Amino acid sequence: MISWEPPQPQKMASELKRVVPRSKWPHFLQNLDIRRSFPKTYSILGIHSGKPNPAQSAIKNVRSMAETQSNCAVVANGLIKQFGRFAALRGVSGEFAAGGLYVILGDNGAGKTTLLRIIAGLSHLTRGNISVLGNRNIREVRGHIGYMAHPSLLYDEMGGMENLRYFAGLYEIAPRTSKGDSAKLTEERCREVITAVKLDPDLERPVGQYSQGMRQRMSLARALLNDPRLLLLDEPFSNVDARSAKEMAGLLAELRDKEKTLFVVTHQPALLESLADEFVWMEAGKIVKRSPALHTGPQ
Amino acid sequence: MKRGFTILAIVTGLLLSFALYEALIAAPTERTMGDVQRIFYYHVPSAWTAFLLFLINFIASLVFLIRRDSKSDIVALVSAEVGVVFCTVVLVTGPIWARPVWGIWWTWDLRLTLTLVLWLIYVSYLMLRRFSTSSQTAKLAAVLAVFGALDIPLVYFSIWFFRTQHPSPVIGNGGSLDPRMAHVLLINWAAFSCLAWLVCWTRFRLEVLKREVEEAQALESLLEGPR
Amino acid sequence: MRLFAITRATLAKDVRLEWRSKDAINAMLFFSLLVVVIFSFAFDPTAEESRRIAGGLIWVAFLFAAIVALNQTWARELRNQVLDAYRVSPAPANPLFLAKAFGNFVFVSVLEALMTPLFIIFYKLRALGNAWELLPIAVLGTWALVVNGTFFAAISLRTRSREIMLPLLLFPLSIPALLAMVNSTTAVLTGEESARFWIALLVAYDVVFTTVCLLLFETVLEAE
Repeated sequence: MISWEPPQPQKMASELKRVVPRSKWPHFLQNLDIRRSFPKTYSILGIHSGKPNPAQSAIKNVRSMAETQSNCAVVANGLIKQFGRFAALRGVSGEFAAGGLYVILGDNGAGKTTLLRIIAGLSHLTRGNISVLGNRNIREVRGHIGYMAHPSLLYDEMGGMENLRYFAGLYEIAPRTSKGDSAKLTEERCREVITAVKLDPDLERPVGQYSQGMRQRMSLARALLNDPRLLLLDEPFSNVDARSAKEMAGLLAELRDKEKTLFVVTHQPALLESLADEFVWMEAGKIVKRSPALHTGPQ
Repeated sequence: MKRGFTILAIVTGLLLSFALYEALIAAPTERTMGDVQRIFYYHVPSAWTAFLLFLINFIASLVFLIRRDSKSDIVALVSAEVGVVFCTVVLVTGPIWARPVWGIWWTWDLRLTLTLVLWLIYVSYLMLRRFSTSSQTAKLAAVLAVFGALDIPLVYFSIWFFRTQHPSPVIGNGGSLDPRMAHVLLINWAAFSCLAWLVCWTRFRLEVLKREVEEAQALESLLEGPR
Repeated sequence: MRLFAITRATLAKDVRLEWRSKDAINAMLFFSLLVVVIFSFAFDPTAEESRRIAGGLIWVAFLFAAIVALNQTWARELRNQVLDAYRVSPAPANPLFLAKAFGNFVFVSVLEALMTPLFIIFYKLRALGNAWELLPIAVLGTWALVVNGTFFAAISLRTRSREIMLPLLLFPLSIPALLAMVNSTTAVLTGEESARFWIALLVAYDVVFTTVCLLLFETVLEAE
């Protein structure tokens, strides 16, 4: 399940030279020895560029074969995200196989939230490309992604069921056989999901009056509405009491057992220590370490 | 490229000098307004140049929305900026003309009002560019430019109809134009177009350089990491 | 038809939430009242000329009230970043825009319904022309303000000084619509001219800008 190698620029470059004849290379590439002229860039970023060129497509072809073969949930290739002069992601690459629970760790400002937002399709990459659930265009797989962030993404003035009913409408959860049926199916699904996060579906209190733990759980319920294949959770345990956090962790493991892929950004990895498949450390916009065990000590 | 620029600069310089001579000295003096009328040779070509530049802005914005390349974005920005400048010239020369002739500073005639509205629209475009915090400013600005361009015919018709119902003094000679004057007008327009082209070209190069510097700085921060 | 369902659900949700809190609408109603009173002090209603400019006064007052209403279009979506929840779903962007635009339309119409009788009373207005024409003028004019206002409110989400960017972007583009609204209302009130051309212009304006807004809203929503 864990099949990650660091990107190997030399291998990619030799692949490129084999696949595309030199005469067809773009002009600058023909005369350019990337390794010598931009050693730092080359090693960090591998091959990156927003614009298509024959070299790029050759690499893409090689990679897409790899993607379909290994059934990866997310394949990242040299992700760079810059906000003006500040670089949130400075070359994130890696493959994340489907059906795993990945915990992303790192200090504040390491780029974890940015990475999650890019996978969710909420942010645009400055450079690099990413494929989510086998698709370059994240919009096409939006129905299969669940996203939960630190803000609750819920309307404070509405109750839990009311919120979910609205969002269920956006996901077209129930096929429109007849109006009565679809409303009933939606209702059932909402109740099911609220019960799964151990909340009371009949609670009429507006979400704004919930405790933090309840709000986080309701937010998770919203993320689960469409039964997503890929779940992206940004700090689900923050400000949640220990017992609720443990319950949530158990729930996440259950979801993983149902063949879902989960990415969890958290500052409390101990909660998922025995449950997660892999821990991913990020620092200053890059992935610095990946390991199935939490405590081999960071480098 | 550089040679073309130099040639354009020389041609512009020559044309402007010639146009200046024609406008201020050689052109016939107008019967009713006298020498004040000569400002017409600056007022009208500036307006035409501004309209042309705004048209270029519209086309560049459309191209950007379709192709998403940064060159069209820069062309859109540059043409809007220079267009606003020429628009300002129209709005300033208008009152300067109106005052001695009719004793009023401003008149809501078709051309002047249209120019004012255009000026407002494109200044708001430039303000959006400046105030945007998104990383996709170019897209938002292009969207606004499309809105602005589609608005212009509506503005024209609304003011035109309003003016036919409530006529007011027309800046410019509403009627026919002496062929000698038309000749001078066209020379001035050619000179202004070359000037506009020159300024746009310079601004374009400046913007390209600016973006390259920003890219280099961003790349630097990318490689060195946070401080 | 899924688009219609989402539009309806979003609109229903907005109306329900607005009805529940009632803060915004109460404040807005009071604001509209204040605007009418201030205008009455500024432009003497007893003077004969005021009857001629009443058309303009009314629409400027509506414009001010509309701006305040439009500025809070997306306020509820910004709290808790609910807009992200919408974007992450497979729902298309246009139903969201239409729902917000219709919601604003209803909201601004309510304000207009309050301000109009006050204007009529304070300025002793009487429609000397075809009074029934005032209805299409009001509907088309309000839609013209609201459709662009909702769109630019979304653009200004991505800017600093959000509240000032909305009027800054909206006013220049609304000038033809404003001219049409004011002149058609004056034409009807004074009965001296035909409002037909202006109504046609409003229709053209509405058609053009509704189309453009629908085509480009997705671009704006995704432009983070």
